[in-house]
Amino acid sequence: MSEPTVTESVDARGSYCPGPLMELVKTIKSAQVGDVIEILSNDEGSAKDIPVWVKKMKHELVYRKKVNDYWKIAIRKKH
Amino acid sequence: MTKRIVVLGGGTAGTMVANKLARQLSAPIGNKEVEVTLVSNAEKHIYQPGYLYIAFNEKMPEHFVRKEKELVHRNVNLVFDDVVRIDSEANKLVSDKASYPYDYLVVATGSYPDFDSIPGLKEAAHDFYTLEGAIKLRDALASFEGGTILLTVDVPHKCPAAPLEITLMMEDYFARRGIRDRVKIVYTYPINRIHSLEPIARWAEPAFEKRNIIAETFFNLEKIDPERKVAITMDGEEHAFDLLISVPAHKGAPVILNSGIGDETGFIPTDRYTLKMEGSDNIYVIGDATNLPISKAGSTAHYQSETLVPNLISRINGISETAHYNGKVACFLENSLHDASMITFDYTHPPQPATTSELLHWFKGVYNEIYWLNVRGIM
Repeated sequence: MSEPTVTESVDARGSYCPGPLMELVKTIKSAQVGDVIEILSNDEGSAKDIPVWVKKMKHELVYRKKVNDYWKIAIRKKH
Repeated sequence: MTKRIVVLGGGTAGTMVANKLARQLSAPIGNKEVEVTLVSNAEKHIYQPGYLYIAFNEKMPEHFVRKEKELVHRNVNLVFDDVVRIDSEANKLVSDKASYPYDYLVVATGSYPDFDSIPGLKEAAHDFYTLEGAIKLRDALASFEGGTILLTVDVPHKCPAAPLEITLMMEDYFARRGIRDRVKIVYTYPINRIHSLEPIARWAEPAFEKRNIIAETFFNLEKIDPERKVAITMDGEEHAFDLLISVPAHKGAPVILNSGIGDETGFIPTDRYTLKMEGSDNIYVIGDATNLPISKAGSTAHYQSETLVPNLISRINGISETAHYNGKVACFLENSLHDASMITFDYTHPPQPATTSELLHWFKGVYNEIYWLNVRGIM
């Protein structure tokens, strides 16, 4: 199955404060419903936190995969 | 021909860069080979971390304010003007009354709390991100005799540790006034813990528990009903308050939005190592104006100036740029009105809060004074 088109990609590698999840929260606010936001992160904690936030906020986790030494995580804005 | 360096913005980043350039390029400036111009739209320079101390009536507002012209080195051509557009094609800044051509531009236009970002925010919320807001909050806290204080946080915002700091300081403030038992302090945060940085969250959690500060996570403010004094979150829940303190989402400067060089919120896509605007070789971006995923804080601007200034001087001297910004940031973390911790971190080293001590609080107080040397480009 082909991957969905990413609407916006945020390179949050090297972001410790405020951190990749806060970059996602910021980006998703200004995105349109249906947009796919991809976050690049080298923070292990964020790789766990982002799916939890996405589930709680009722958005959709499209994928979460490790590429070399960083994570690529994509979220679809649902509402 | 004279090379023109123009710095746009007279906050911490812009003033520091202009002063450092003026001090380090005094010979070529004297020979008219180089000209450094600082264009600012504010005659007053405010040390923004002072807002926390104003809110708790620790210092008067004037303590943190200086005249910009008294901070700027004599070798800098200081101009007060409202630039409305950056014309990156023609290499000039444009205002209603003048234009400022440049060979090299440093954009230091900062970030601003957007009080229109949430319905009801403007009417109902106090803030500590503006001088006027800090003074109003001081007066509201001084007359507060009991009830629920709700603190909300939106993103992006400058100084990511400040919401935690104001909460911890506020707890001490009411304890000292002898009315802590009458004040319910509710701190909220948009994600699953009380700070996005796990080490900082771990640092603050025991203090929250010990000092009976209530924390609510996954709190994403959507609107405020000022009449009913209720904050409504994304999940539809209502949260009552007697006094609301909000950290609004920040935006870039209007000039960035007008110039079409920023993203939709007015922050400029910037190379994380060279600090050049993406796609440009002669526009540099510093401080809060960048879109970099790091703290919007004065220390960030300070450390970035240590890359940007040597690189500009190299270019003036016909040498390749060799300095790279490594993402360094340093922040104090006030734990109360009498003790503090601190963190430093960069792109590859996560922060670890230092042991909380009175000495670090004292050091923060000292830095609040040293700042005026720092912004003059002396340190």
